[in-house]
Amino acid sequence: MTVTAVGKDPLRLTLTVESEFDASVERIWQLWADPRQLERWWGPPTYPATFTKHDLAPGSRVEYHMTGPTGDQPHGYWDVLEVEPLRRILFRDCCDNADGTPRPMNTVRVGIEEVALGRTRMSIEIAFPSTEAMEQALAMGTDEGLSQAVSQIDPILAEEIIRR
Amino acid sequence: MQITASDFDPVFAALADHTRRDIVRRAISAEEGILELASHYPMSFAVVQKHVAVLERAGLITKHRVGRRRVVRTNLEALLIARRLLDQYEALWLAQIGRMDELIAERAGAVGTVETKESKR
Repeated sequence: MTVTAVGKDPLRLTLTVESEFDASVERIWQLWADPRQLERWWGPPTYPATFTKHDLAPGSRVEYHMTGPTGDQPHGYWDVLEVEPLRRILFRDCCDNADGTPRPMNTVRVGIEEVALGRTRMSIEIAFPSTEAMEQALAMGTDEGLSQAVSQIDPILAEEIIRR
Repeated sequence: MQITASDFDPVFAALADHTRRDIVRRAISAEEGILELASHYPMSFAVVQKHVAVLERAGLITKHRVGRRRVVRTNLEALLIARRLLDQYEALWLAQIGRMDELIAERAGAVGTVETKESKR
């Protein structure tokens, strides 16, 4: 199995995912550093991503949009905070409010390390500033079914709470 | 009964503080009152009392009478909201990692043993 550990902390509002690949560190780094590779996995097939500006350097901004089944194109960008090539990336994934002010959705910390010859571990930690930001991130680039699932969270939770 | 996630945003403001997060953890067992809770921290009773008040306003903890004592108890339902959102986000990332996997397998297959060559470099 690729994913070796998942951690969820509802107090700190963080998600951590560790995975291991039968691939070199260079290969895993490419998944992030090559925009053509990145757009193959960043969005789901129903919401493919296009990276229009991509430079993994501290202080730079990576820009992308996703194209939905109805032609809608949500735009997002990463504010790159820290980069150590082949080893780690720290960026803030944001989108803009209607008035052009930035709305941070989450901060993503990626770590890449070799665990054996040809075997590489990728650790991802995603930290959210609020539940609103989480809903924003969930709604972006998910297909209709999942968006609906998200909007149905509240009634489901309400039911759970009533049952308890 | 209608509960929206935005109703719970005070939850995360309340949890932005380390001491308050610690109080929430301790209060899951619902055994201690404010005085006992305060003994765990290098700060005055009044300050801990303020932290407890913030948590109470956010709906994260409630006070209950147990015999003659009043204990502080964590409201697990509020945490359930955060948990559910994290579950949703986990599903998104697992799908993304699944696509990474496919991409690696596809490249490796298409150009022969590219993985082996790379790892031997």
